[in-house]
Amino acid sequence: MEHTTVVITGMGAVTPLGDDVASTWQAMLAGQSGVHRLDHDWVTDLNLPVQIGAEVKFDPASRLERVQARRMDRNTQLANLAAIEAWTDAGFGFDEDNPVDPQRLGVVVATGIGGMNTLVSAWDTLTDQGVRRVSPLTVPMLMANGAAGSVALRLKARAGAHTTVSACASANEGIGHALDMLRLGRADVVVAGGTEGVVHPLPMAAFGQMQALSRRNDEPERASRPWDKGRDGFVLGEGAVLFVLETLEHAQARGAKIYGELAGAGISNDAHDMVQPNPSGETQAMAMTRAMTEGGLTAGDINHVNAHATSTPTGDTGEAKAIRIALAEATDRVVVTGTKSMHGHLLGGAGAIESLATILALRDRTVPPTINLDDPEEGLGIDIATSVRDLPTGDLAAINNSFGFGGANVALAFTNRHITS
Amino acid sequence: MATTEEIRTDLADIVNEVAGVAVEDVQLDKSFTDDLDVDSLSMVEIIYAAENKFSVSIPDEEAKNLRTVGDAVAYIERAQA
Repeated sequence: MEHTTVVITGMGAVTPLGDDVASTWQAMLAGQSGVHRLDHDWVTDLNLPVQIGAEVKFDPASRLERVQARRMDRNTQLANLAAIEAWTDAGFGFDEDNPVDPQRLGVVVATGIGGMNTLVSAWDTLTDQGVRRVSPLTVPMLMANGAAGSVALRLKARAGAHTTVSACASANEGIGHALDMLRLGRADVVVAGGTEGVVHPLPMAAFGQMQALSRRNDEPERASRPWDKGRDGFVLGEGAVLFVLETLEHAQARGAKIYGELAGAGISNDAHDMVQPNPSGETQAMAMTRAMTEGGLTAGDINHVNAHATSTPTGDTGEAKAIRIALAEATDRVVVTGTKSMHGHLLGGAGAIESLATILALRDRTVPPTINLDDPEEGLGIDIATSVRDLPTGDLAAINNSFGFGGANVALAFTNRHITS
Repeated sequence: MATTEEIRTDLADIVNEVAGVAVEDVQLDKSFTDDLDVDSLSMVEIIYAAENKFSVSIPDEEAKNLRTVGDAVAYIERAQA
């Protein structure tokens, strides 16, 4: 089946590794960790067993207009900063200098949890101070589609503003949804990605109670260690990454800079367990295969996989199996990496930051490392980059995997076709 | 007892905080919606913040009638009396 070609023409990022795309990518290539010991009072006041996280290193409200910022939950503030960078990077302006037809401009901002900071603090206000103190802005701030609506308002995007919610697969699902919008002819340009801002005591406690979080409190930078025998859970991160996705025709007509192609999206569901992945890897592999098929790619075309690789005991090994099932003998020439080792787990933003790493790895022919892989699990059967690795010359293709609670598996296939130098 | 001007000044701070309107623009003859561009949700926030600041009750049915800054200041003065 012939598809409309979709390319990436803008990128924006606010992450635990950097305040923008350039600094985030530089930190990844340097193998830096964004994980640190949390210094909030609540960590000690509540005696949380997990005391580490990967936070954005500045107050996002400080870089937004004050009255706008106070009407946004943290996840929406982060998304707005990423949107401003991506939109500007694509060569667009914000008022009369916005050349995109608003009716042909869409937005997809995924989130796993949404405006939980707002929800919890509004509950505290209600119970402590009564109904007259509950902010009338509570609902637009807490709702899951708050960030999508806010970004659409900023960019005057009228072709639809969507929020995909599938836990840790949310952003990949959102980018896949943007691809559908462009291929179905519902938009010419879609700003898409994910956001999350819940390094907050409640998820820290709740994920901790699931035994899902690393408790390596004394060595925060070494806590996220996908595929290492000493891994003991993921590290909660935050941030937002958004892309400007555009039909090739629209991008070329305006002479846009092109970072690469979003070739396909593959979706499956484990239907196995609410939180445990299917240990066979078969349903995750199905998502990868579907992404390749939709992108007109075969396993032999794939050079690189940015794995979901959260650093949980069961998840990482299951994914290694999935990669071998999907890519078969071609796996041996594929460089795999797990960048959560550096930026932690952005939940609803995870697929977006890892898509950023994937796109830039193809552009620079350089795969960022999986740090902290000191003692790998035996028999994984995949080639994991433990230091920066080069990719070959010529045509390149890569897959970015994201898997979420609820059984969600979404793989995205990227290529370096149509890239401008 | 706060004077009219003291109430106006404190109210101006609230309007600035909630809606970003410059404090010097918050004058008695100004309409919240028509002149100061305060939207309906911000207006609700301003009313709640004013209740707290001035220790008065401004029921929703009364708040609807506070069209201008002067209306609000006068209401607060009466409620404090």
